Amino acid sequence: MKVGVIVFPGSNCDQDAYYAFRDNLRQPVEYIWYQETDLKGVDLIVLPGGFSYGDYLRTGAIARFAPVMRSVEKYANSGKLVLGICNGFQVLCEAGLLPGALVRNAGLKFVCRYVNLRVENAETALTVHCQVGQILRIPIAHGDGCYVCDEETYERLNRNRQIIFRYCETDGRTTLDSNPNGSMDNIAGIANERFNVFGMMPHPERATEKLMGSADGRLLFSSLIDSVANGVRTGA
Amino acid sequence: MPYADIIVTLKPTLLDAQGRVVQNALLSLGYENVTSVRIGKYMRMELAEGEALERQVKEMCDRLLANPVIENYHFEIHRDSDGNGTPLVLPTTE
Repeated sequence: MKVGVIVFPGSNCDQDAYYAFRDNLRQPVEYIWYQETDLKGVDLIVLPGGFSYGDYLRTGAIARFAPVMRSVEKYANSGKLVLGICNGFQVLCEAGLLPGALVRNAGLKFVCRYVNLRVENAETALTVHCQVGQILRIPIAHGDGCYVCDEETYERLNRNRQIIFRYCETDGRTTLDSNPNGSMDNIAGIANERFNVFGMMPHPERATEKLMGSADGRLLFSSLIDSVANGVRTGA
Repeated sequence: MPYADIIVTLKPTLLDAQGRVVQNALLSLGYENVTSVRIGKYMRMELAEGEALERQVKEMCDRLLANPVIENYHFEIHRDSDGNGTPLVLPTTE
């Protein structure tokens, strides 16, 4: 599987994603500069974490209009795989490729620590190697990770099983305490209706080998690799 | 030269965490009558003279300056001064 990691001015997890796919998952990876429009025939686009355009105006608001994003929109609309991590998730929401928005953490602080994630849907390209209810230990590092959307959107996300991860306790209970940023219903990651565009605040690329403290992120990346190898199933 | 004053506010249904912290700070300073604080953004944009400024500014708000999922906006276009003296018209946010 050929992976493309988009680099915006202010991206700072692009190298982590590149390293995870190249060194841990042994896949060919290429950086794609934000001013390019050619996506180099990749099978997966990763929008990495960071602070694109300094988070000016709103997180992801400016990056969403970068030249490369027109190509990413076309790529996503053709059913190919896109994963937005942290700032990448914020960019995808701003671009309207994912519903809802990410606002300032309820506690106002930048939170940088491991969280527990409960897998809510294990039939997606991102989670085929997981099981429903499985708990992943993956770090977060963000100041604007509070997921919000209107009631109607929330109902739809729930009904279609587009909520992929929820913040939880070590035993899987979703509690107020285990919610690091005030996200609606502990939402940590979602998919679009076709299940080819994914966004998550936690950083799986920072959890791809034991040395990093957790290798749980590998499950997600290996899921994507297998999904591409088997022909991605998108659509409900 | 015309200019636009734009105010962007978080939708009232959303928790304004910053506003709440500021409200608590005011309460701790003894201002017990502060029942709510909401924080927004103010932008002043200078524009070249032209047609359809209203429509243009509205489009800018819809496309970039505000995110309709989480924010409301309000703007006024002024043509009558150099942009230094006119008092800002505060929006009525629903």
